[in-house]
Amino acid sequence: MRKLLSLFLLVWLITFSLLYVVRIIESSEGYRGGNTLTIYNWGDYIDPALIKKFEKETGLKVIYQTFDSNEAMMTKISQGGTTFDVAVPSEYAISKMKEEGLLLPIDHSKLPNLRYIDQRFLNLPFDPGNEYSIPYFWGTVGIVYNRALLGGKEITSWNDLWDPSFKNQILLVDGAREIIGMALNSLHYSLNDTNKAHLQQAKQKLDKLTPNVKAIVGDEIKMLLANEEAAIGVVWSGDAAEIMWENERLDYVIPKEGTNLWFDNMVIPKTAKNIEGAHQFINFMLDPKNAAQNAEYVGYSTPNKKALDYLPKDIVEDERFYPSEQLADKLEVYENLGKSMLAYYNELFLQFKMHRK
Amino acid sequence: MRRYAYAVPYWLWIALFVIAPIILIVYYSFFDIEGRFSLVNYETFFTPVYLRMTVNSFWYAFLITACSLLIAYPTAYLLTKTKHKQLWLLLIILPTWVNLLLKAYAFLGLFGTYGAVNALLEAIGIGTKQLLFTDFSFVFVSVYIFIPFMILPIFNALEKLNHSLIDAARDLGASEWTTFRRVIFPLTLDGVKAGCQAVFIPSLSLFMLTRLIAGNRVITLGTAVEQHFLVTQNWGMGATIAVFLMIAMAGIMAITGNKKWGVRQ
Repeated sequence: MRKLLSLFLLVWLITFSLLYVVRIIESSEGYRGGNTLTIYNWGDYIDPALIKKFEKETGLKVIYQTFDSNEAMMTKISQGGTTFDVAVPSEYAISKMKEEGLLLPIDHSKLPNLRYIDQRFLNLPFDPGNEYSIPYFWGTVGIVYNRALLGGKEITSWNDLWDPSFKNQILLVDGAREIIGMALNSLHYSLNDTNKAHLQQAKQKLDKLTPNVKAIVGDEIKMLLANEEAAIGVVWSGDAAEIMWENERLDYVIPKEGTNLWFDNMVIPKTAKNIEGAHQFINFMLDPKNAAQNAEYVGYSTPNKKALDYLPKDIVEDERFYPSEQLADKLEVYENLGKSMLAYYNELFLQFKMHRK
Repeated sequence: MRRYAYAVPYWLWIALFVIAPIILIVYYSFFDIEGRFSLVNYETFFTPVYLRMTVNSFWYAFLITACSLLIAYPTAYLLTKTKHKQLWLLLIILPTWVNLLLKAYAFLGLFGTYGAVNALLEAIGIGTKQLLFTDFSFVFVSVYIFIPFMILPIFNALEKLNHSLIDAARDLGASEWTTFRRVIFPLTLDGVKAGCQAVFIPSLSLFMLTRLIAGNRVITLGTAVEQHFLVTQNWGMGATIAVFLMIAMAGIMAITGNKKWGVRQ
């Protein structure tokens, strides 16, 4: 028994001395309570040079942590024990977080740079009045395709994907709302449709796509498309930009039936310790020059109207990433459909996955 | 008294990390997506979608186990005959030190249209084949990952085998095949059973490989559990599937378990 106890004590002692050493190291590097800012963002979703610049301007030390899904991020914040000052969830996650009281209101008077944001991207249904969120990047869901592999064939619409000559050529992203939404759009329904008859129709249409579908994958889709493993992929526009950067034979198209318009937004979670610093950071990212630098690094579309002046012309005039107003009217933002409707979407998606060729 | 004191950490561990989670899973399985108490998850499980998924899971788990056994038994047998047993054994265990995800990603590269395997097929005149996202690649990669867990118990059983029994069988005129069938195999059956358990049970709930290697063309119960917990956040349904997985696993343990256990202790 005594042996056991002394063993326990030893483990405790080692743990605490390690914790103490970590504290010493952190404070010697300038991480002190009150002058740190913890940012919780998607991986590789900010220009690291901007973090350096922000630290220099404000004297704050930034701790940058990343997540890879909205669900994982929400779970971590709702469980507590974390001190994230700024997080960057997607729009549907924001309405959920709002419902669960995970967000702090944003003080607009501390964000003078908010005026640079395009009016189109403010006051959207997921957060009326932008009480809790400020847009960070936006984009669409569309089709990446390899002209060379398709023998010069053009793709312009969702319905083109059902072409029998594309047998075993399509990679789909593993997202229920994206794929069911694609089928709904191809039938000219809204991608927020909750009519079960329409959804069943969409699922049946998806089943007919099965012979053309090579795989339904996650993040690997970028690597697979860049390696020409398949000729067509249904992806988010940001991923598309990244893939096209790696393989120039690929092109991106926003399907003419319309598609999803998505936003990633900066929010202040209820776990924030440095609310003042969080506002400073959001305002810093809204600065047109910083926003432009970030957009050029990340490759997504910036909602900052003034930032477009600082971006190279070929980026701003690229209609694949900054679609014309005419096409923009056909883009829809996901609404929070509620848990049971979302479960129904997922159930249909699961059934589609199980449908064999 | 002292003897019991040493058992305290063990019982604490079992209570906290084995019994408590099982109770929680069973508890969650009785709640629907809105958090109301109901049996709807159990009803859903008995719809054709989930029943077919269950059959699929069992079929793939069976294929993986059978292939592993077919390769593992002769391998283990040869291993007992080699000179540097420990070295060979180490080489077989070595890949299990590498994270499963890394191995899966490696196969993405190997099996790709322009990967090493297809380059080889092209060179010997067979031509490029679609390997990724097929049933074949799914079973192949799973077997690759699980096979050490099949070889080890069989190897141990073969090592423990009393050699004089084999000599006796041969002296009494049994052919090599008869000796294997009537002496060696029955005496190493415990190792085979242990190996089958170690492979069948985890392959029943495989999930990452179904997406990475099979491109979601293979949907097992494990995939559904992952989706219900992480994406749909329908913990009740996820827990219900987990309950059935646990029942299935307990059943398999009972069938393949060593019945002499109680007597020996």
